[in-house]
Amino acid sequence: MITLTGVHKAFGSNHVLQGVDLTIERGTSMVIIGGSGTGKSVLLKCVLGLVTPDRGTITLDGQDVTKGDRDAFLARFGMLFQGGALFDSLKVWENVAFRLRRGPQKLPRDEARAIALEKLARVGLGPRVADLFPAELSGGMQKRVSLARAIAATPEVIFFDEPTTGLDPIMSGVINALIREIVTEMGVTAMTITHDMSSVRAIADQVAMLHGGVVRWTGPVAEMDRAPDPWLQQFIHGRAEGPIETVDRRIAVAAKG
Amino acid sequence: MTPAGLLARLGRATLGVLAAIGGIAMFAGSVVGHLFRPPFYPREFAQQLLQIGWLSLPVVGLTAFFTGGALALQIYAGGARFNAEAVVPSIVAIGMARELGPVLGGLMVAARVTSSIAAEIGTMKVTEQIDALVTLSTNPIKYLVVPRVLAATLTVPLLVAVGDTIGIAGGWIVGISQLGFNSANYLKNTFDFLEPWDVGSGLVKGAAFGFIVALMGCRYGMLSGRGAQGVGSATKSAVAAASVLIIAANFLLTRLFFVT
Repeated sequence: MITLTGVHKAFGSNHVLQGVDLTIERGTSMVIIGGSGTGKSVLLKCVLGLVTPDRGTITLDGQDVTKGDRDAFLARFGMLFQGGALFDSLKVWENVAFRLRRGPQKLPRDEARAIALEKLARVGLGPRVADLFPAELSGGMQKRVSLARAIAATPEVIFFDEPTTGLDPIMSGVINALIREIVTEMGVTAMTITHDMSSVRAIADQVAMLHGGVVRWTGPVAEMDRAPDPWLQQFIHGRAEGPIETVDRRIAVAAKG
Repeated sequence: MTPAGLLARLGRATLGVLAAIGGIAMFAGSVVGHLFRPPFYPREFAQQLLQIGWLSLPVVGLTAFFTGGALALQIYAGGARFNAEAVVPSIVAIGMARELGPVLGGLMVAARVTSSIAAEIGTMKVTEQIDALVTLSTNPIKYLVVPRVLAATLTVPLLVAVGDTIGIAGGWIVGISQLGFNSANYLKNTFDFLEPWDVGSGLVKGAAFGFIVALMGCRYGMLSGRGAQGVGSATKSAVAAASVLIIAANFLLTRLFFVT
């Protein structure tokens, strides 16, 4: 279980997170939604320790994530980055097997390659892709390779950062379906950040909406459409009018004269 | 601007420079600390030996060759003013070994390698590859910085040695083909006056410049801002900082080695 309590983070005068409280139960797929710049990625990076919160606590199964053996902590996580974040200089299979080839549980090359091929097959990529470099793949294939890398070491928790950004609707559907299958099959705790509502409906067990530096609404995905929160309703239906300011109204009024 | 405003601006600039120096010193300390602690990445180190050392040979060799030739012409022309044309071989050799070999070699490697390292690491930062390394339990300093700094520190002295040889050869070719020197006499004068420490000091300088070259590339790459402009700016700053530090370090090492 991941628990965030009163998490604050500011970059200069920009107070991105202003007291985030959130609990993600073990084995649950939590999707965090919110507009661009609302701090979704920062929140995720705070949990991973890539960004240090100014205040508040984050615990994984009751243990503070900032304390203890960092490598052992990170070994429990897999992460799918927004742009894939594959290492350009390594072949596809070496990317997938990156963690398997390093650290105390380092596997021999052949064994690591076999696992990488198995994980690539799990995301629908054949062995022919294994010896290519990331730059030779399409965006959708890169996302799938990144997903294979995220699950390669059989993590307990997987984070997905905007998994469908930049993909066409069909490939987005493929990635969403893969994520849902893998999360269910592996029984992992998943935390996804997105503003793609089709991803939310495909992936989520629980949804949390981040706005104004706090969690405005959280609940099961089935209750999302019936929730009375006007911020949530404006966001999930993509309305320009509502409590979420999409443009600075003073500037818009001044421009109209 | 009021005197108080001017003073404030001066103060901020001074603090900025001091912060930058402190940041570089702490980064260098961290890199040196990681040099001796596992895990080590021999494959990445071998790749950097090839990238930084072997692939820099053409640019360093060509620079040294033409510099040696030009140096011979300059010393001949200058020496003719007081009938000292005969010193050309020894001055070319000493000049290349002590100063021009290491400094020009260092600057050429800075142009080629510092820019490449800063752009590569900067792009890795912008595309979240550095964050990905961390989530894969891999320390970016150990995996990216240490192999580059170690490879540059070890290979730049070798490049300097090759550059010295080619530069002296350039002077020799110009000497015998255009300045009327006898080949055997030119070589004899070269080696009679060249002392081991002339070469050794240049190699030590080369190691220091190699350390600077890779350290600046890695440091500014790691600090790269977002987007293409951020990477471009990091690359430019890395090359400028490496070049200035090489010249400054050269002065300090020359003072230390030759003026007691």
